Amino acid sequence: MAGRLAGSRAARELARRMGFMGSFRAGLSNVGGGPSLPVEICRRDAGGVSPCISSRVTARPGGEFPRGKVAFVAEMEFLAELLKERINCYRVLDDDGRTISGSSFKEVSKEMALEMYSGMVTLQTMDTIFYEAQRQGRISFYLTTIGEEAINIASAAALTMDDVVFPQYREPGILLWRGFTLQEFANQCFGNKYDYGKGRQMPIHYGSNKLNYFTVSSPIATQIPHAVGAAYSLKMEGKQACAVTYFGDGGTSEGDFHAALNFAAVMEVPVIFFCRNNGWAISTPTSEQFRSDGAVVRGQAYGIRSIRIDGNDALAVYSAVHAAREMAISESRPILIEALTYRVGHHSTSDDSTKYRPVHEIEHWRTARDPISRYRKWVQRNGWWSDENETELRKNVKKELMNAIQISERAEKPPLSELFTDVYDVPTSNLREQEALLRQTIQRHREDYPPDVPL
Amino acid sequence: MDRDPTVCVMGEDVGHYGGSYKVTKGLATKYGDLRVLDTPIAENSFTGMGIGAAMTGLRPIVEGMNMGFLLLAYNQISNNCGMLHYTSGGQFKIPIVIRGPGGVGRQLGAEHSQRLESYFQSIPGLQMVACSTPYNAKGLMKAAIRSDNPVVLFEHVLLYNLKERIPDEEYVLCLEEAEMVRPGEHVTILTYSRMRYHVMQAAKTLVNKGYDPEVIDIRSLKPFDLYTIGNSIKKTHRVLIVEECMRTGGIGASLRAAIIDNFWDYLDAPVMCLSSQDVPTPYAGTLEEWTVVQPAQIVTAVEQICK
Repeated sequence: MAGRLAGSRAARELARRMGFMGSFRAGLSNVGGGPSLPVEICRRDAGGVSPCISSRVTARPGGEFPRGKVAFVAEMEFLAELLKERINCYRVLDDDGRTISGSSFKEVSKEMALEMYSGMVTLQTMDTIFYEAQRQGRISFYLTTIGEEAINIASAAALTMDDVVFPQYREPGILLWRGFTLQEFANQCFGNKYDYGKGRQMPIHYGSNKLNYFTVSSPIATQIPHAVGAAYSLKMEGKQACAVTYFGDGGTSEGDFHAALNFAAVMEVPVIFFCRNNGWAISTPTSEQFRSDGAVVRGQAYGIRSIRIDGNDALAVYSAVHAAREMAISESRPILIEALTYRVGHHSTSDDSTKYRPVHEIEHWRTARDPISRYRKWVQRNGWWSDENETELRKNVKKELMNAIQISERAEKPPLSELFTDVYDVPTSNLREQEALLRQTIQRHREDYPPDVPL
Repeated sequence: MDRDPTVCVMGEDVGHYGGSYKVTKGLATKYGDLRVLDTPIAENSFTGMGIGAAMTGLRPIVEGMNMGFLLLAYNQISNNCGMLHYTSGGQFKIPIVIRGPGGVGRQLGAEHSQRLESYFQSIPGLQMVACSTPYNAKGLMKAAIRSDNPVVLFEHVLLYNLKERIPDEEYVLCLEEAEMVRPGEHVTILTYSRMRYHVMQAAKTLVNKGYDPEVIDIRSLKPFDLYTIGNSIKKTHRVLIVEECMRTGGIGASLRAAIIDNFWDYLDAPVMCLSSQDVPTPYAGTLEEWTVVQPAQIVTAVEQICK
């Protein structure tokens, strides 16, 4: 059952009920009709804090300009900087893990539900243990996805292996879902010779071409235009797949974000822009990042269908991504999803977030708003999971992780030759020269170089 | 583009407009406006797009309307284009070609007279070539497209009007090879792009004065063709580099270092380098002319070296 796509019309219906902003008229790719949301207009001569009057744009005599006809008005009215109310947030489960009555969502089988749940638990456990490993000095760096497990796993579950993923860095759960093993994660973090990145990147900068997960690159938002390029490639190929890119609230400030969204809309390519609005960009809260109502309203500015969802609700994430993917591919268009959530962990092991935010706020989100325990309640109420299952799962994952870490730690580092390979397809003469020189130098001063690095 | 359906072009006004220097003229009509894509104005982002497309199976050619605008794309070119093959452990390749007109034109002002080869030469993972004739432009372009490495192809604003009879059939030149323009015995003159023409003009004068310069168009800016260059130096023992880059940090600076490193024992005179001054290129015609190396300077330099 999992993986069967709903028909286009059914998906659009579901999407409409979920509250996707945008026009749904069949075949409409150019905006010709009016906006689907009321436009807030402030009357210019109202003094002080004036109540904004909402009115629908109706047909009036107008004039032609490049791009088409606009209706003229005699009164000078400025659009308010913010709508009277924030864009609604789609959710399926309440804080106690009960389905909200009247909620529409994509059904999951017991098998899929449990796969998602155990994925979330595995991700959380992996994060906790690797974080500890960094604290113990066994790896140099780590960053966690605590609080965003639903986003990671549920979105991955709604995609197929053919969909190409361009992550920021807080989405290892996608890889986990696709089959990257705990050993493979550990190998990258330790930078040993089994790392697919050949020890060239910092920990958590995973990449796997066979799992269609593009190597993490540290600078923010550079992956967003890559995703658009990939979607362009998919469109040329006519493939039934889409590109998906993830980024945080901070990433939406980067120039690359704006241009990429604009391009995707103009070129009509199948890409999902997934914004993890977790409230913090290291120490910068969203109130200092932008003044718009989050990221979702920006979609409409570029002519992109968008939705805001509860990122801590696994079923909402699953349903929204599923619907978005369907629309992106069948209509060859970009979709923007803003998932509201909270970054429970510090930005990374180089950060102590208690310095800039209250501890009680962090604890509230870690406990009362935890996506895993919320989803667990739903799964358990369905009779699909028990406390014994829970203990068993956590024990096994922890054991597997500790084992993987031990093995990774003891494994050899990549040899010297790998310093010079892959700069180009074949090392150039200057690189060959430089390698020869380095080897000579090491030979002459053996004691000054680490003994455990294979030459 | 005929031979390989994954080859596509992206840039500003490359489609129906045919490109600001008409390099892509007629392509959109022939191949459609998806394969010859007009992009909105955001160099960093459409270069990023090109990189994403390259990583997923296409062979994009990204055009900077003027090379100078690619400074806006520096982050994508350096951090991603140059590095992703390496940082991904070889899992993802980026067979992209980034090209555009650069160099000093006729009174285009400072921002349109940039020599990006100076700035890009340090980026690991990038390959750089400069074409200078219709013949080598065709051959190098084909080679760049077929290469699996990211290649930056430097064209020159003032060389688009050159006419030359070239073979109709396919030929591919080697990206790492320099071109022997005029064999000689007295001095090795290394140059590339437009300066090749200033050098050849100076060569005429030099020949009349009894000198026999060997002129090599280095073409490959990264990596240097030290084989051809070395053989020449071993013969003449004197080197003059003529470039359009600024004195500080240009191709000439790197080439000088490479020559001293590798061929010190063969030199009978210090390596000389004629470059532009470290100033933004002025608009006024006379001032602009003074910032670019002229044939008279080249003649003087050769006379000095050969003393």
